Amino acid sequence: MNLPALKFSKTPRDMNRRDFLRSGAALATITLAPGVTLMSFGGEAAANADAGKRWGLLIDVNKCSQDCSACVSACSKENGWKLPENPETDAQWIRKVDLKDLLTGRESSLPMMCQHCEDAPCVDVCPTGASFKRKDGIVLVDKHACIGCRYCMMACPYKARSFIHEPLTDQKAHAPRGKGTVESCTLCVHKVDAGGTPACVEACNTTGNGAMMFGDLNDPESDIAKALLAYPSIALRADLGLNPGVRYSNL
Amino acid sequence: MRRLVVALLFVTGLLALPAMAGDLGPVIPKATGVAHIEGNLFMRINHMKLMVHDRDMTVHEGDRQVKYSLKACVECHAVNGHDAQPVAVTSEKHFCRVCHDYAAVKIDCFECHNSKPQISSSALLKPEMPDSTEIAAYLKEATQ
Ligand code: HEC
Ligand code: HEC
Ligand code: HEC
Repeated sequence: MNLPALKFSKTPRDMNRRDFLRSGAALATITLAPGVTLMSFGGEAAANADAGKRWGLLIDVNKCSQDCSACVSACSKENGWKLPENPETDAQWIRKVDLKDLLTGRESSLPMMCQHCEDAPCVDVCPTGASFKRKDGIVLVDKHACIGCRYCMMACPYKARSFIHEPLTDQKAHAPRGKGTVESCTLCVHKVDAGGTPACVEACNTTGNGAMMFGDLNDPESDIAKALLAYPSIALRADLGLNPGVRYSNL
Repeated sequence: MRRLVVALLFVTGLLALPAMAGDLGPVIPKATGVAHIEGNLFMRINHMKLMVHDRDMTVHEGDRQVKYSLKACVECHAVNGHDAQPVAVTSEKHFCRVCHDYAAVKIDCFECHNSKPQISSSALLKPEMPDSTEIAAYLKEATQ
């Protein structure tokens, strides 16, 4: 099978105003009023979205079992979304999908979440720029800019996004969520920025079956890159050429 | 411009408060931790711009050491209710409501963000205070 190469291209499209400003300016300044600017102290800010990296997941479907949903409950706990009572409308950052090959009868099970595509359709269709891809490949919704139009939900071939229909209270401080906006897996960006691992992967490795691996696809020394090199894996709907950052093996 | 005028009127109102008798302005709850080096007046006028700037730094650049994190505001500026627990923004005692209620400002931040401090979060410590040369440079810049 011909797989799209795991590359992270920095197209001019990705170069935003801030990159431009950063590239020239050592000090970040904000203009508060004509002639009054505020410098940010502390020199070069710690921007964790690193353009040299591309975060991704590798899921070994052989190890994933139908009766385990450790990843789903860990995500729900970490990010404060309730396990869905009505899967049609309730939030689902990650869900388990069970498959059966009708010819052989072989059954398999896998977790399904935002595939963090390189050429993400959700980003293409978003009218406000709220759907965006971070420099390190994580596809996010900037909920401050999201108007809730849900084009991205329509565009996503993986049905990875959900919409919040009801007002919420007492959200997690690191995962603000609110009515009228779209959301999806953030690859636990708040943890990744702090050098951590997504909650689903952590849970899979502790209470689950150790089927998930997280890492930098661009770093040839990372476990995930080595595993991708050594064993066959596929991108779901590879025919669409989206080059997702989530790969599955033994499917 | 209208904004600026409103803000200035509001701030001058606050400044004039001690001179006036009684309960005219909002009573801003005391905060814990290190006060802002920019001063209270600056914060009153500019807090929204600072937060919007740093919000983009966090969400788009992954910078989690920003100075004006909303998570951090609600931590240092937590106000306790009768049960000695921090109140949510549903209470009119909440730090972010006292002035806004007074000035008829409505913000939507807490439809998503938690308005109460979260005991578990560790990233709430303010970055270290800048040294005196940095402050001098900052003041020079600001007065130019
Ligand atoms: C529709 C939901 C939503 C609304 C409304 C919203 N935010 Fe956010 N905000 C988020 C999300 C999601 C993040 C990303 C959190 C992360 O990655 O840790 C965020 C992050 C932030 C951050 C950086 C993280 C932090 O706590 O410092 C700031 C600052 C911020 N928002 C400020 C605001 C302000 C000010 C308002 C109101 C004017 C607001 N937000 C309204 C969803 C929202
Ligand atoms: C490290 C703790 C800390 C953090 C974090 C913090 N503040 Fe403050 N803030 C203070 C202190 C202390 C004062 C001084 C209060 C006083 O004089 O009673 C203050 C004063 C203010 C004032 C002026 C109040 C007045 O009396 O005029 C405003 C407005 C303000 N802060 C807004 C914010 C906002 C918005 C944020 C989040 C972006 C924030 N603060 C984050 C500690 C903090
Ligand atoms: C010292 C009084 C005071 C406090 C305390 C205060 N604000 Fe404000 N805030 C104002 C005033 C006055 C305005 C309106 C300024 C204007 O319209 O020019 C405002 C405006 C805002 C805006 C912009 C609203 C808009 O629609 O443009 C945001 C966002 C905001 N405040 C967030 C906060 C948050 C979050 C807190 C609590 C951490 C807070 N403020 C605490 C006085 C205050």
